[in-house]
Amino acid sequence: MGISWQAIYVLWLREMKGMWRAKSRVIGSLGMPMFFLAFLGLGFGGASIPGMPAGLQYIEYLTPGIIGMSMLFSSVFAGISVLWDKEFGFLKEVMVAPVSRLSLVLGRTAGGSTVALMQGIMVLFLSTLLGFKIAGVVPVIVALLFMCLISVTFVGLGLVFASVMRDMHGFPLIMNFVVFPTFLLSGALFPIGALPSWLIPVCYLDPLTYGVDGLRGVLLGAGASDFSILLNFMVISAISIGMVSVGSFLFERTEVER
Amino acid sequence: MDAIEVNDLTKRFNSKDSVAAVDHLSFRVAEGEIFGLLGPNGAGKTTLIKILTTLLKPTSGMATVAGFDVRREKNRVRESIGIVFQEPALDWRLTGRENLDFHARMYGITRGEREKRIEEALKLVELEDKADIMTDKYSSGMKRRLEIARGFIHDPKVLFLDEPTLGLDTQTRRRIWDYIKDVNARERVTIVLTTHQMDEADYLCDRVGIMDHGKIIALDTPRNLKDLISSDLVSLELNMEGSSNDVEVFKSLDFVTEFREHNGFVTLKMERADLRIPAIMEVAKRAGIEILSVNLRKPSLEDVFLHFTGRRIRE
Repeated sequence: MGISWQAIYVLWLREMKGMWRAKSRVIGSLGMPMFFLAFLGLGFGGASIPGMPAGLQYIEYLTPGIIGMSMLFSSVFAGISVLWDKEFGFLKEVMVAPVSRLSLVLGRTAGGSTVALMQGIMVLFLSTLLGFKIAGVVPVIVALLFMCLISVTFVGLGLVFASVMRDMHGFPLIMNFVVFPTFLLSGALFPIGALPSWLIPVCYLDPLTYGVDGLRGVLLGAGASDFSILLNFMVISAISIGMVSVGSFLFERTEVER
Repeated sequence: MDAIEVNDLTKRFNSKDSVAAVDHLSFRVAEGEIFGLLGPNGAGKTTLIKILTTLLKPTSGMATVAGFDVRREKNRVRESIGIVFQEPALDWRLTGRENLDFHARMYGITRGEREKRIEEALKLVELEDKADIMTDKYSSGMKRRLEIARGFIHDPKVLFLDEPTLGLDTQTRRRIWDYIKDVNARERVTIVLTTHQMDEADYLCDRVGIMDHGKIIALDTPRNLKDLISSDLVSLELNMEGSSNDVEVFKSLDFVTEFREHNGFVTLKMERADLRIPAIMEVAKRAGIEILSVNLRKPSLEDVFLHFTGRRIRE
């Protein structure tokens, strides 16, 4: 079964309308990343952080991490919110439509990623108020590419959770045991090199590590990242494709309800 | 070709479960028909609809809708059907018109055609002036009407309606019934509906399958089903605290062809009941039975259900 562009478009459009009608919520969700940036930036601004590349302000180091964080949260939530559609009955309307399950997953991913991307962009520009310096147009464009890949990856992850969960009750558990560790171990707040050596492989399994490291390399210069920009790009691209594939595989098997 | 063909269809939710939600069902629905599945809650009607609309996989047996196998040709089935679910399935963040537009695009209807059909559908269910408000502001009757409009907007061959008037007031029910008849006549679409309301099945359906415990226990036109009980029915409500409850005396009346006792009610079957009531009253009086009310009626589908299952449908 092929891909229905019309279906992908209308699923995306629905997400955009939903976002526009909940503008205040979208803007409100910028609160947490901005507080993180402002207060962590202020609090640790003068500290010497072990493993941090020389010549960087902490706020510079932190900003790509907080962009990654805000996109991680809103992407996973966008993926899992399929369960709200289930709760409100709308998922049935989507599931009986004559389009491939891959199209449904792609449409959903496109919508959720766009919302997450908007938030990431807003965090990036608001961070300039706190002293972050944007190096030019090209870095921003490459950064947007990385941000797309981060959001697709985690919307995909959210969809995977949604397809195996019955309802929204498990969401706090996912937040506590998947989303927060993913954030904290990604090097968003501090260099992972400072962690005990047994924990470092876990960080390397974390998709967000490559997203944040890639953003750092792009926005702050190659010296600021652990891996090369190209390696980061390839790893996170592969993971995002993998996530969407697993998501649509699981959706194919889903029975809407019992 | 039949619109629906079901052969030995079975659904068990749990492999260890001995009770099947749908139990070796076989039936056919002709094209253009309004076909009703009538039965109490838990009879398996909704499960059957979910299998026919590809939302559930059958455990065994086969079913085709518009000639396509629900197991192997899911997408062809999905293209051929429209559905109105039992619970609302609208996006509350979208307006009525946007909900229809979403649907039309999902079904690949082209732009010009889309606008025309949405307009027509809104008109048929009389929602033109409410089309541009959010559906979370709709009453449940309006939601149902919008969903019926949505159900046929992509020109399906078969339209499934799961309890289309559940929870609606009498006036709204009447209107929904009219829309359903209208759609059936105008679009020549086959309609399969489930209901546990006798009058609904009686008024709307060309044929009715009476379902109980996952099986169809009777299937015919409402008229033929009612003709199974050709006689009149007299129901007597008795005072159970009265001096005597020896209801057996009614059996001794030679014109009574059938006798049922049920929670303080006695139902007697007979020919020309209008002439017999004085005699019944006389017998009751002599036996010391106090009658609170008398009800004479022609048989309804409710009686047909009672006839086949020994139970009333709402129990």
